[in-house]
Amino acid sequence: MATVDVDLPHVKDEDPHHHGPAKGLGRWLYTTNHKDIGSMYLIFSLTMFMIGGIMALIIRAELFQPGLQLVEPNFFNQMTTMHGLIMVFGAVMPAFVGLANWMIPMQIGAPDMALPRMNNWSFWILPFAFLILLSSLFMPGGAPNFGWTFYAPLSTTYAPESVTFFIFGVHIMGASSIMGAINIIATILNMRAPGMTLMKMPLFVWTWLITAFLLIAVMPVLAGVVTMMLMDIHFGTSFFNAAGGGDPVLFQHVFWFFGHPEVYIMILPAFGIISEIIPTFARKRLFGYSSMVYAVASIALLSFVVWAHHMFTVGMPLVGEVFFMFATMLIAVPTGVKVFNWVATMFRGSMTFETPMLFAIAFVVLFTIGGFSGLMLAIAPADFQYHDTYFVVAHFHYVLVPGAIFSIMAATYYWLPKWTGHQLNETMGKLHFWLSFVGVNVTFFPMHFVGLAGMPRRIPDYALQFADFNSMASVGAFIFGFSQLVFIYNVIQNVRAGEKATAQVWEGAQGLEWTIPSPAPYHTFSTPPKVD
Amino acid sequence: MSGSTYYVPEQSKWPILASVSLGLLAYGAAMTITAMTADRDSFGPWVLGVGFLVLFYVIFGWFKDQIREEAEGLHSDQLDRSYRQGMLWFIFSEVMFFCAFFGALLYVRVFSVPWIGGEGDKGVTNMLWEGFNATWPLLQTPDMKQFPGASAVIDPWHLPLVNTALLITSSVTVTFAHHALKENKRGALEAWLAATILLAVVFLYFQAVEYHEAYTELGLTLNSGIYGATFFMLTGFHGFHVMLGTTMLFVMLLRCFDGAFSPEKHFAFEAVAWYWHFVDVVWVGLFIFVYIL
Repeated sequence: MATVDVDLPHVKDEDPHHHGPAKGLGRWLYTTNHKDIGSMYLIFSLTMFMIGGIMALIIRAELFQPGLQLVEPNFFNQMTTMHGLIMVFGAVMPAFVGLANWMIPMQIGAPDMALPRMNNWSFWILPFAFLILLSSLFMPGGAPNFGWTFYAPLSTTYAPESVTFFIFGVHIMGASSIMGAINIIATILNMRAPGMTLMKMPLFVWTWLITAFLLIAVMPVLAGVVTMMLMDIHFGTSFFNAAGGGDPVLFQHVFWFFGHPEVYIMILPAFGIISEIIPTFARKRLFGYSSMVYAVASIALLSFVVWAHHMFTVGMPLVGEVFFMFATMLIAVPTGVKVFNWVATMFRGSMTFETPMLFAIAFVVLFTIGGFSGLMLAIAPADFQYHDTYFVVAHFHYVLVPGAIFSIMAATYYWLPKWTGHQLNETMGKLHFWLSFVGVNVTFFPMHFVGLAGMPRRIPDYALQFADFNSMASVGAFIFGFSQLVFIYNVIQNVRAGEKATAQVWEGAQGLEWTIPSPAPYHTFSTPPKVD
Repeated sequence: MSGSTYYVPEQSKWPILASVSLGLLAYGAAMTITAMTADRDSFGPWVLGVGFLVLFYVIFGWFKDQIREEAEGLHSDQLDRSYRQGMLWFIFSEVMFFCAFFGALLYVRVFSVPWIGGEGDKGVTNMLWEGFNATWPLLQTPDMKQFPGASAVIDPWHLPLVNTALLITSSVTVTFAHHALKENKRGALEAWLAATILLAVVFLYFQAVEYHEAYTELGLTLNSGIYGATFFMLTGFHGFHVMLGTTMLFVMLLRCFDGAFSPEKHFAFEAVAWYWHFVDVVWVGLFIFVYIL
């Protein structure tokens, strides 16, 4: 990021509209304040992370030993489905939107988001959407059990009744995402302080601008595909039924046209966060700022033309297999640029290893492992062996847990002092990091081996030869799961008390958000700061 | 990025109420449809009804607040730009929604239907329904019992052609209305806007006639295989958008009678006009890809 010299005349409230937070519950229900809304998003996300995490632990407890011990196979399927849906739509995405709400206005010198009331609407849809989704657990026939990718005809002809609730839940959470994304784009394009040119924007802002574009482009496609499901289930259409001339594979094409950009929606803001943290603790400017921006843009554009690499074994024409294989491999180039730049930023830097930096370094290393296993899966002929095995599970958990989730934790530790005004408790932060780091790797690394040996995903029981690695993974999952209690303890402690934080918080931190006091005042910039 | 101070809107009760209404609508719709298919009673329609009531309350209340605040001069140029960008991105999201259905149509026509008919790369799937012959429009579905195909499809050169002319004309008339507004000719503004609404209503009427003909005479229904599915989903969602657009145009007309909008500031009018052009462009796509080709 370009260094920003800031002339900050006043950070006090003069406008009569600008007062402190309202009292009582009304503050949270009616708020138009980006910090309040950001906090609500983050708390919601953490709640969903815990619920989805409990489901993951149920899965891992069942898989601790071969044979059926704890749950019925149908309930097991409901757990894998709901775990995926809740983590993707309830935990990771809202967490990034929460961080965007908190940080983007502060990083570009805006007083708030561009459309503050719509911002509140975007958030408040989510609790209702997830109440609907979670209520399906208690319906006759149980919750959705067809996997988070809800392939037809499992999700149409053979679906439980609750699928209709799932469809409408997806509709309203999609509306929430689209409105959130529109708000973020309008904020970035329209609310920057004078002098904050596009190529001076912090990378977190850049990655979110591109992510928001992806969201607006693909969430409507998700709405389209669930609408086709609804029509097939209840109104006699045959989109996904070959007997009427449709095609179940059509479902997969439309779903993954949404689904592949969706996985980048969950990783691009992480790239932004890591690109903020590493320069701070390496005490160097980010290496190759503009190449980072172009790399993110390239990854986003490529994400529209690689979707069928999720479907290599479905029976596509050869030309399709080859096209999607090479297009997918092309993504490794801009991703490689990013990893190179992060390493080059650290190279000969004056590094210190505070908690956010530990998470950031772990991100770079472990996300790269996930990237490489992705490259293996991109090789169409090899994918015929890996497809639908635990190798795939290992791959996407490596990019999502020590990738997306670690970046969210890194961001929380990094900006928490700015939010609460209290310095971090480094000892407890490091304890959380090391427990998580060990837990994550013990959980997901063995999955590569059982996957390559042929263990299929989404099964409650498995052949005896997979037993050792599975029990290992289950132990790791419980370590990782329970170590998140340390995270919750750390956050609550930091909100309640702690050493007073300075405005800059971290010695090497650069950027507008570090020029305002900690905690950041309820209304940050009532007049635009000047950025030179 | 102008102006010395920023404007941040006050707290409002509308967003949370809008979320409540969306929650009720989603839950009520799911209850109603599930019970309908299972052929049993539910109180879903009541939930749905309450959801609609709250929604209408929110729509009226939120827009009222918005209009009042604009009249008080609270809206800065910056906020105006945010509204414009927001509307454009919203329309882009709508375009992508239609893309999903156009993409489905393209896929079944170019790939999956010929494959089931035994042609091309995956022609082996023909073994599922031997003797099935791929044609488009697909009148003879692979399984005529489950999905009885239509006897014929809508002739593009009758009602659809008239409808195309109607909608394209309405795009022109709404532009005339906009120019009249900018030149502060209120009479012309109201007349052109009313003409646009009239064209829209006639379009919707013809669309209803066409649907009636499809169901009663041609046997072209949602259930008549993939042709019927794509036909009704694309034209149906388009028709729904025309209805929304017509309602919005009608509200604009009422506000014009009320003396709203100045030659300089009339974002609401422009947003509706943009939306109307979008609905038009989608129709042209429909006319070409659904009716003619």
